Amino acid sequence: MGVKVNCELVKKEVVAEGIYKFTVKAPAIASKAKAGQFLEIKVSKTGAPFLRRPISIYNICKEEGLVEFIFQVKGEGTKLLAEENVGAEIDIMGPLGNGSFDISDYKKVAIIGGGIGTYPLHELAKELNEKSDVTVYMGFRNKDLVTLEDEFAKVSNRLVITTDDGSYKEKGFAINFLKEDCKKEKPDMIYACGPLPMLKAVREFALEENIPCQVSLEERMGCGIGACLGCAIKIISGEEPRFGHVCKDGPVFNAKDVEI
Amino acid sequence: MKTEVNLCGIKMKNPVTVASGTFGYGREYDEYIDLNKLGGIITKGTSLKLRPGNKPPRICEVPGGMLNSIGLQNPGVEYFAEKDLPWLRKFDTKIIVNACGSTIEEYVELCKILNTLDIDGVELNLSCPNVKAGCLAFGTSYEGVKEVTSQVRKVLTDKPLIVKLTPNVTDITAPAKGAEDAGADGVSGINTLLGMKIDIDKRRPVLANNTGGYSGPGIRAVGVRAVYQMAQAVNIPVLGMGGIMNGDDAIEYMLAGATAVSIGAGNFVDPETSIKTIEGIENYMKKHNIDDINSIIGTVQMN
Repeated sequence: MGVKVNCELVKKEVVAEGIYKFTVKAPAIASKAKAGQFLEIKVSKTGAPFLRRPISIYNICKEEGLVEFIFQVKGEGTKLLAEENVGAEIDIMGPLGNGSFDISDYKKVAIIGGGIGTYPLHELAKELNEKSDVTVYMGFRNKDLVTLEDEFAKVSNRLVITTDDGSYKEKGFAINFLKEDCKKEKPDMIYACGPLPMLKAVREFALEENIPCQVSLEERMGCGIGACLGCAIKIISGEEPRFGHVCKDGPVFNAKDVEI
Repeated sequence: MKTEVNLCGIKMKNPVTVASGTFGYGREYDEYIDLNKLGGIITKGTSLKLRPGNKPPRICEVPGGMLNSIGLQNPGVEYFAEKDLPWLRKFDTKIIVNACGSTIEEYVELCKILNTLDIDGVELNLSCPNVKAGCLAFGTSYEGVKEVTSQVRKVLTDKPLIVKLTPNVTDITAPAKGAEDAGADGVSGINTLLGMKIDIDKRRPVLANNTGGYSGPGIRAVGVRAVYQMAQAVNIPVLGMGGIMNGDDAIEYMLAGATAVSIGAGNFVDPETSIKTIEGIENYMKKHNIDDINSIIGTVQMN
């Protein structure tokens, strides 16, 4: 169950060019938030652009009542948000989403993310790392786009960073390294978030190898709470396929239940 | 200060309702606002049987608002009657069901059922632009609206009947008169304007359905004009909507001739938009020493 609150921006960091990390004081959200959930953030005071921006939670500090999220400036809305400065009040709805990551007592897990899709996986890795052997695979296009290496190193037992062009660390797609490792020992669960081609490949691999897998998805969103039925996603777990919704039924789904 | 209005027999504590398709069946917003404060809730478009809705992407943002092409996804009237209506009835607000169908027979069968339910009224959806059959196909002409409405009227004997109309016409007064002549108790509008957005890199429309309905503050001026024209043309009450974001916008619609208003896409931007609109109307009444909100309906002085 989400709340709508005006949150003070207490820290603003530049993670990479055009990518910002905001820390907001939001005890009402932090106390309830779970790894994998998201926020709906009002970016405009004038009404243009019109809709809120759904942004996933990067980190939750329950004790201090802080929530962190990371976003890339992509259009007008995120540009406006990036212009906010420390001390500003930001209108945020959250935590949203009923589908969050499954944090069970797994012995060994694999977390795979691509590009800006790595951010929603941080809180997950942090929480899992307390009890599981966590390997994080992070894929980026090139060296300049590699972000938060140190942060993810802190919350994993092993961190594999790949670049498509080999300009930093391992060359190739992150999933190939995951596949290679699985030949030696399969994880109890794979978690994934990133571009659609990566998610498709991860889902296919997990189904073939019979490894439980959760994916975090996105779709163009209206209300963020399940009323407008905009962010439809095909659910194939029932007798007949039906449209569920990323905001309400997700954003995290069991990979076998959805068509990507 | 009197804010009560009577929308064709539906007595509401204030003129503010939430528009069909923007509020589900109320559950999602119950977490954010007190539903008891609303004049009424107009449900998601409901059909005789379950409708799966259109393929995604179903939504995109445009200047002044958004396009949607949900395609009337809903669980069907039986599910609504069993699961949602009893829950909605716990609240002290009027429940109006938005009814949609693909054929006249479907509208009639649906309204036979609605006639027996514990609801306060029916909004007949003759204006959804996102489905292949029905709705808009009937809604653009005097004859089309009159035909469906009169068939429905024969079976919907015990509930107020409001016909929701589209602005995607040359003259909205024609379908409005069709509704009135067929025995409707009120008309509502505007539904969304048909629009399209193209992804210039992919050279394809953003929406999977190619076109979608435009809503948001960008359409308000069209809505106010249409409501004014409808209010002039018919003698039944008008429920006005299109881009209302606050009390001032609602007042504009009421001056144009609306007895009550609906908040649509504004709910997405801020779940409290409807509540703030109610407060805004009260503030306007205080500021202008208005004792009874009914006294301003249709009182715009044309130049």
